[in-house]
Amino acid sequence: MLELLSWGPNGWLDEIMSGVFVTVSLALATLPVGLALGFLIALAKQSSEPNLRIAGNVYTTIFRGLPELLTLFLIYFGVALPLFTYLFPDGGDQFTSFVAGMVALAFVFSSYASEVFLSAFRAIPRGQYEGGYAVGLSHGRTMRLIVLPQLIRIALPGLTNLWLILLKDTSLVSAIGLADILRETSIAARVSKSPFLFFGFACLIYLVLAVISSVGIGGIERWTNRREATR
Amino acid sequence: MSLASHVTDAMERPPAAPRPWTGARIAGAIFLAVWVLIGLTLIIYLVNRWNPELFSNYAPKYMQGLWVTVQLVVISMIIGSLLSIPIAYGRMSRNPIASSLAYAYVYFFRGTPLLAQTFLIYYGLGSFRPELEALGLWTFLREAWYCGILAFSLNTAAYQAEILRGAIQSIPKGQWEGAAALGLPTWLTMRKIIAPQALIVALRPYGNELILMIKGSAIVSIITVYDLMGETRRAFSRSFDFQTYIWAAIIYLTIVELLRHIIDWIERKITKHLIR
Repeated sequence: MLELLSWGPNGWLDEIMSGVFVTVSLALATLPVGLALGFLIALAKQSSEPNLRIAGNVYTTIFRGLPELLTLFLIYFGVALPLFTYLFPDGGDQFTSFVAGMVALAFVFSSYASEVFLSAFRAIPRGQYEGGYAVGLSHGRTMRLIVLPQLIRIALPGLTNLWLILLKDTSLVSAIGLADILRETSIAARVSKSPFLFFGFACLIYLVLAVISSVGIGGIERWTNRREATR
Repeated sequence: MSLASHVTDAMERPPAAPRPWTGARIAGAIFLAVWVLIGLTLIIYLVNRWNPELFSNYAPKYMQGLWVTVQLVVISMIIGSLLSIPIAYGRMSRNPIASSLAYAYVYFFRGTPLLAQTFLIYYGLGSFRPELEALGLWTFLREAWYCGILAFSLNTAAYQAEILRGAIQSIPKGQWEGAAALGLPTWLTMRKIIAPQALIVALRPYGNELILMIKGSAIVSIITVYDLMGETRRAFSRSFDFQTYIWAAIIYLTIVELLRHIIDWIERKITKHLIR
């Protein structure tokens, strides 16, 4: 049993570790895109312009209402696969899956993140903006220097949840052929005929990733709250 | 006719101030136009590609798939809610063994992907075939359908246990003490005082969990259960017509939106007394 989980030609650990690398890089690549998109959509949804609000709400409705797997397939079979086979006729299927997975997960992540940002925006009193304008800051600088630092602090617990969900949702890309943790362990399970061991190991890796994330996010949380304690 | 109304009739109102084309307004117009364009493209695409043969072939299959999805979600939610009661009880218990066991259960099922859990049960339980055969469970757990139900029930039990615990613990301690002062036994306090208040808190999370389950149920198609997603994948692999996926998206979106509005409506109904 230990031999199956060892490094080298007889074990599967090296393959599984490359899967861990793919999973983590997919999640890390999705995060900034999803955060930026989610922030922009939150801005649209709290705008005074009705058209912008409607456009933002349509986005959230669609990507929160569709199953993540279906979003992934829509983007993979509908856009990514035809486009990339046209652009790169030979090879590159891992790249196609990676980009399709990243785009689909970013859409899903951003639609949830926009709600988190929106409620954080609503938690910041109007007086904070007014104070900024009163001391002569422009709209942009008020946003950047006064609102944003508070916004991050309020939104962080919600975003932490979304990051953990994102980490788990990456497992879906194994269905479009990306060699992530679950796909590598599936191959190992099929070849070695010990599925319980390998899928149990896959679950364990996801748990470890979640624990590592919690520790890291705890650090970020302390950093954003560093002023709170002295008050 | 009074003088005042006469005067106002005769007065000319100033024209409404022109709305300037600010950046936000332009962006709003563009983004809305993009959505309208996407919507129109989809409608034109579906009308142009309308294929009566494809429709008559697959529409009944989609309905069967939808029925499978509904069954899977309803059965798993019910089993999950039954399982969640002892787990939530364990989480709140002062007994360290019970509470750590319940914590480990919840942490495992919330910390790992549903797809991995489904694989673990569907493929992984094959490793214990002799033991399961001896127990007479193998005929069940050989089937993807029962494995799907088992995986989904165990998963949603963990989430529902947390919802239940959160709702019960959100009720102030004074409610328990008040009931105890009146001499009510614990189970009656639970049923008559705590549960009705906790339900209001729990409704929205339960609704979200139901929606998450409907969306999550799509992954059973990977272990060869022909739910709505499974039928869609089969239809696509046979016809290579992308509209199969579009139809599935329309069905899923309709269900989720419908449920969301029903939950909103129920919430408005049961919180009427709280609005001042």
